[in-house]
Order: sequence, then structure tokens, then C-alpha cells
Amino acid sequence: MMQQIDLARTALLFLPLFLLGLLALPGRATRRAILALIAAAVAAFALPLILDRGTLTYLVSFSTMAGIYAILALGLNSQWGLAGHVNFGVAGFFSVGAFTSALFTTTMPEGALAAYSQQAFGLQWPFLAGVVMAGILAAIVGFLISIPVLRLRTDFLAIATLGIAEVIRFIFQNERWLANGPQPMRGIPRPLDCLFKDPACSWLPTGVADFLAPLSPRDYVFFYLIVVSLILALVFIALERISRSPWGRMLRAIRDEENSAAMNGKNVTRRRIESFVVGSFIMGVAGAVYAHYVVSIDYSHFNPLFATFIIWVMLMLGGSGNNKGAILGAFAVWGVWSGAAFMIDSASPALQLISDDLPSRGAYLRWMLVALLLGLIVLYRPQGLIKERKRVSDFMPDDTNKD
Amino acid sequence: MSIHDATGDADAPRHADDRTTGERILAGLRSRTALAVALAVTLVVFWGLGYRQGASGSDLLSLTIWGVMLGGIIALGAIGLTLVYGVLKFPNFAHGELVSFGAYGTFTIMALLPASAALRPFSFGWDLLVGMVVTMPLVALVALVVDRVLFRPLRVRDASLVLFAMASLAASFFLRSVIYLVWGSDFLFFYPGRSNPVLSLPLDIRIQADQLFVFVLAAILVALTWILLSRTRMGKAMRATANNPDLAQVRGINTERVIAATWALGASLAVAGGVMYGLASQLRPEMGWFLLLPMFAAVIMGGIGSPAGAIVGAIIIGIAQQVSSSFINPAYGPGVSFILMVVVLVLQPMGLFGQKDD
Repeated sequence: MMQQIDLARTALLFLPLFLLGLLALPGRATRRAILALIAAAVAAFALPLILDRGTLTYLVSFSTMAGIYAILALGLNSQWGLAGHVNFGVAGFFSVGAFTSALFTTTMPEGALAAYSQQAFGLQWPFLAGVVMAGILAAIVGFLISIPVLRLRTDFLAIATLGIAEVIRFIFQNERWLANGPQPMRGIPRPLDCLFKDPACSWLPTGVADFLAPLSPRDYVFFYLIVVSLILALVFIALERISRSPWGRMLRAIRDEENSAAMNGKNVTRRRIESFVVGSFIMGVAGAVYAHYVVSIDYSHFNPLFATFIIWVMLMLGGSGNNKGAILGAFAVWGVWSGAAFMIDSASPALQLISDDLPSRGAYLRWMLVALLLGLIVLYRPQGLIKERKRVSDFMPDDTNKD
Repeated sequence: MSIHDATGDADAPRHADDRTTGERILAGLRSRTALAVALAVTLVVFWGLGYRQGASGSDLLSLTIWGVMLGGIIALGAIGLTLVYGVLKFPNFAHGELVSFGAYGTFTIMALLPASAALRPFSFGWDLLVGMVVTMPLVALVALVVDRVLFRPLRVRDASLVLFAMASLAASFFLRSVIYLVWGSDFLFFYPGRSNPVLSLPLDIRIQADQLFVFVLAAILVALTWILLSRTRMGKAMRATANNPDLAQVRGINTERVIAATWALGASLAVAGGVMYGLASQLRPEMGWFLLLPMFAAVIMGGIGSPAGAIVGAIIIGIAQQVSSSFINPAYGPGVSFILMVVVLVLQPMGLFGQKDD
């Protein structure tokens, strides 16, 4: 017999598992939906029974973080995969999104707190409004940087985006008035966290409140996984629609044959700017989702490794130009990254034999691992695990041999 | 001294009469002259802003001289970057790590050497110079190994520029993780606690002897590079390969050897840059990464593939960074170089001395 806490977890796990099923299972829409429904129900009941509570919580928080990275990878895919923009400054758009949402949703510090914590404003807007503002502001930054740079060669865009990300990081590091300078910005509200508090939200029907009562605030991540997977699904569907639309076809045409597209009367620069802005918007949204998850953010979260490099590895591994691949890559690389931590921990005695300093520096072995991974992908499988599906029309057979 | 063949100003309009006045004004704005004027005006504005913030004339003069010194350090890195960019046609994001390797390698070699007294008025001794010279071939070897393992297979496959850029980013993070693993993340100093007195010069200018040394060394190395490129067989082969790799190969130039020489030269100069940078401040694993943005800005400002341009760009950027610290937070130095780079990209992406791509 399942305890009530496990039942409550089952209920919260169902929707993310259902969405995963829809994404991963084959077949046509109706069949897939039914299959996914059944599979999700089975898995949601089975998981709390098979795994102990701590492991399941870890798995859920792992998926939440991987889901946030998947949103970033999708954003990057809409720039690189769809339009061929080399954005080496994902961190910049990510951090603009995170800090924007934080500023719009937090409360302005008052009294004694104001001496320690400064910020430009705090509007106490609801979560979703913060997310949208985060996307809009990141899109504006993307628009401003794309005007001078996008008409140039791709390598200039790579250097310039790398630069803008560093400059944005300097700003968040040094401007105390804006978002508490080098100190972390704390107290970013979690949406609906009252669900897991005692007493629960006042508007909640007693039945639901009783059902969720055994869950503690530590189980909040189960709810946040629902939020992340819904936003991820939304972004995924939007991007799939976009890449099948005339606009998406035009972008691919510009990416592959810029001159032909221009000769056929397509406004190349306009389209390139538009696609860059779309990607920036998605990255901003991911930033907001991240900020509300970790609650406290500072500039150091958005360094080139965690916020740019690893996302490129995810996208390159999964398959550029393929949205499913981007999500797969995000989960795979985040799995490697998290798993490597355990491996290095257990290898610590062996590292001790090589050098006394090595165990404390073991974290950097993970960097090395991810860098090696990217090197191997570039050398041996630049198209990634799932290749881009080049489909001109549903009425034409897939030409899989064509590269 | 572009490593491309001089083929005249590719920008010269052939049918100037066809254009409207507006087009002519736009073209005028996007010329090299306009770029040079804009950069000069920027520097003048910076001096003015510094003066308004209360910096005295001699302060600004000192800052400007420091800027030239910083420019020398940036130039040592930027020459290698621009050579690789010109010959191999991709932005090498791992170049900053060659700079860091130079500094850390010298640090380790120095630990093996007997400590030497300071060569007054400088703060360093013979061990630093010996360490630097020994490290140069070692880091050149690192660059060659990275090229052999990573870039050469891509070259053979004729991979796209983006894959090269990704590969260099991977190399950058790999090399930096090596630095973290071997030397740790703490700041290191070549000579911890050694005093570095300021010279007394007329006009109240405050500089250290080390800074003068940095500049003189940079100038000597730059001059040697110039001679190498313009006088020797290998230098000419490098320029030919940069201009047209296929044609160079057909004419009997061993392009792989040229590429190896380019890496070796670029890495050696990067070592010198790293040692000078470490001497001026401290050794930290991200030191090369911090220099990468100013180096790229110098390369683009000078025109990709042009070592002379890289030097001019580096000095302009060095001065702009140092003078800007008189009126904004010095932490924004790399940001200043970024803004200047964007100005260059808007006005004239080919830079001050670059040649148009075919």
C-alpha cells in the first residue's frame, strides 16, 4: 500500500512524464497520446515504489535543471540550427532573463535589509509576467547586438556575442544599484510555493490541501518540474511550428544558400535579425525559469562555461537543427556532468595518489571531460546524435541519403 | 606589413558617379579614414572625460603611457591571433590559454632554476627571462599538438569555419582545465612581495621600470616578427598561404609546414605576452580568457591577418582601457575594448589595415 506522500508525488509526476511520453514515443498523434497516457500513469505509480524518496527527489531536481538547459538549447537551436547564427554569448541572454525576472518579481528591500541588499526596482509582479518580461528584455538585447553584427561574417558574430556576454556579466558584477552587484540577489519568489507550506494557500480547496499536506517544502521541486516541462513543451511546439512555417523554410534557405535566397527576393538581413531575436527571447525565458528555481542568483552563475559552453555541447551532441535532439542533448550532457561528480568523488583516493592537491581540484576534471566531449563530437560526429531532418514537403519521400 | 599581398585599396569605388549623395556619405562614413578619425576622436573624448573627472594632466599622461605598455602586452598575443586567423581562417578562441600557459610554464621553470637577484631597476631577475625563453618552445609544442589532434583533421575534411571555432572553444576549456588541475585556482606571483619601485621621471610621470621593459621587449619581438614575415622564405610562404592556400600549395609551398611555423610563432609571442602580463599583475587561470576580448578587438581593429594592424589596434585599445579607468570603473576595461570593436565593425569591418576577402 502506497503512503499518501508517495501518492501525492505520483500525482505531481504524471504531467511531466506524459509530456515526455508524447515527445519520445513513435506513432501518430492519437495513438501516441493514448500510449503516453498509459505509460505516464504506470511510470508515475511505479517510480515512487521502486526508488527510495531521496533518489526520486534527486532525479526530479536533475530533470528540472536539465529541462531548463533544454530550453536554452532550444533557444540556441533556433539561432544556430535554423538560421546558422554562431552565438557564443548564450550566458549574456540567460543572465539578462534571470535578473530581469528577479527584478520584476521581488520586493524592494526595505529598512535594515536595504543596507545589505540593493536593487534598481522590485515590482512584485507574478511569476509569468516576470518570465515574459525576461524574454522581452533579452530579445531587446539580442536586437541591439544583431543590428551592427548580423550583416557581417559568422566569425564576427561569434566574437561579438562572446564579448556582449562578458560585458553583461561585468555589469551585473559591478553595478551594486542594479541587482546587488557582486553579492547574490536573494529572495526570488517561487511560484505557488504555498502549496507545500503549512498552512497551505488559503484559496486551495481543503481536499487538495489535505492531499498535498504530507509534502514538505523540500518537495517543491516536484511542482517546479511541472512548470519547467510545460514551458519546455510550449517552446518546443512553437519552434516545431516555426521551422515548418514559410518563415522557417525561408530561414533555412538563407542559412544554406544565402545568395540564392537574396536573389529570390528574401530580405536576408531582416530574417536573420528576426531569428536571432526569437532565440534571444527563448534564452531570456530560460533565465527567468532558472532564477525562480534557484531563488538566489549572482553574476558568477552566468560564466562562459556553465551558461554558454555546456549548452553548445548539448546542442552539438543532440544534433543541430533538430529540436528533439536539442532536448536529448541537454539531458545527456547534464547527465554526464552530474554523473561525473559522483565518479570523481569515488575516484578521489586514486587522485590522491597522483597528487595531494588533485582531489580538491577534481571538479575541474569535469570541465576537461566536457571539453573532450565537444572535441570528439566536432571531430567524429558533427551532425550530432539525431541528424537534422530535411523535409521539403510531406508529400515527398524522405531523402535520407542526402546530406 | 599585411600578410596578404597588397592589391591596392579594394574599397576604391570604380563608378563613383553612379551613386547618390546619401550613398556617398554612407560610403564615406564606412571608410578607413573615417574609422581612423572615429578612433582618434574616441581617445580625445576619453582624455576629456578623464580631465572632467578631476584627473590631472600628468595623471592622464601616465595613464596613456601605461596604456601603451598594456597595448604592448595585448599586441604580443594579438599578433599570434591575427597570424592564425589569416593563415588558417578561423578565430582561435584558445589563444588566450596559450598566453596563460606561457605565464604558468615560466612560473614552473623558474621554480627549477636557482633564484636570482633582481636586475635593478627591474623587479625581475635572469630566471624570469630564462624561464620565458625555455617556455616558448614548450608552449609552441602544445599548440602544435592541439593543431595535430584537433585542427588538422578538420582541415583535411575542409570543415566549416564554425566547426573550427567550436573546436577552438573546446581546446580553450580543455587547456584551462589543465591549468586548474596542475596549478590550482589561487593567484600566483612570479616574485611574491618583491617591491617594484616607480621611476622618477620629468613631468610627474609615474611608471615602473618593468613597464618600460615590457614595452621594449614587445617592440623588439614585433620588429623580429616583421623581419621574419617580410624577409625570410618562411615569412613569404606564410603570407602566400594566407592569401591563397591552394595556389601556395600548387607553387610548391608546404602549407602544413607553414601552418606549423605559424602556430610556433604565435605561441612563442603569446608566452612573452603571458609572462609580461603576469609580471604586471598576477597569474590566474582566467588571465588569458580576460585578454582574449582585447586581443580580438585589436585583431579586428587592425584588420584580420595584418600583424602591423594588430599592433596599432592593441596600442589604441591599451590606451583606451587605461584612460577610461580615470572616469569609469576599471573593471570595465574589457568592455571598453568591446565597444571599440563594435565601432570598428559598424564603420569598417575590414579594420585599419585589412584586405578584403575574395
